[in-house]
Amino acid sequence: MTLSLSKDTIQVIKEQDVVFLKNRVKETAVKIKMGLVNQTRLLTACSELVRNMMRYANGGVCIIEVVSSGRNNGVRLTFSDKGPGIPDIEAAMRDGFSTGKSLGLGLPGTKRLVNEFEIKSKVGEGTVIVILKWANG
Amino acid sequence: MSIQVDLYDRLALNLEADLVQMVNKTSAKGVLIDISAVSIVDSFMGRIIGNIASMSKILDAETVVVGMQPAVAITLIELGLPLKGVHTALDMEKGMRLLKSMIDETEEDADEDQTADDLITE
Repeated sequence: MTLSLSKDTIQVIKEQDVVFLKNRVKETAVKIKMGLVNQTRLLTACSELVRNMMRYANGGVCIIEVVSSGRNNGVRLTFSDKGPGIPDIEAAMRDGFSTGKSLGLGLPGTKRLVNEFEIKSKVGEGTVIVILKWANG
Repeated sequence: MSIQVDLYDRLALNLEADLVQMVNKTSAKGVLIDISAVSIVDSFMGRIIGNIASMSKILDAETVVVGMQPAVAITLIELGLPLKGVHTALDMEKGMRLLKSMIDETEEDADEDQTADDLITE
């Protein structure tokens, strides 16, 4: 069972908010004694998702949670926006697929960096992506 | 050039433009980028680094990236970013040596081409 220990909601609308968000995610990861490599994975994943949110949906909200399961602690990030949504999630999760001018690594690459990855999207309503990285694992 | 802060997007794009213009202005043969102070490289930053390398290459300059942190290297590979056309070295000193050897090599090649051309005209 996964318990949520703390919850922090951050609005991301401007570029400065992105810097603030990344600092908060890093602080949270350090607090639960996440190793440096996992911290880097989590922050890179966060960076990819927040960029998507800025580019396609003009920003949104990120919830930072510390979660606990047995002896293991982790950080869960929930990114939600009210953007255009993703019409074909399966295609968006394929390497090299992009509707923007990027490399198309954002979503599939992010999934490889974290332990849990969940995406829900409705066209015209928005997108919610939840990722979880355990301190050890 | 040494990057001392974690870049946000607009800064990275400015850097790309400025750097390529500097290569042109100073007719530099090599670009050395120190990213030892950068704690994350995501697909956007990776693409900027790749772009700098390709653009410099067209302007006849080689690019070497030095000082990448091990955690960053691990993340880049898992993310699936190839960083094609970018040379890397462990630190500044090794990077400079690599640049020098690459520049010398291209100059030697140019000399050889020269002699070959001379022979043909003769």
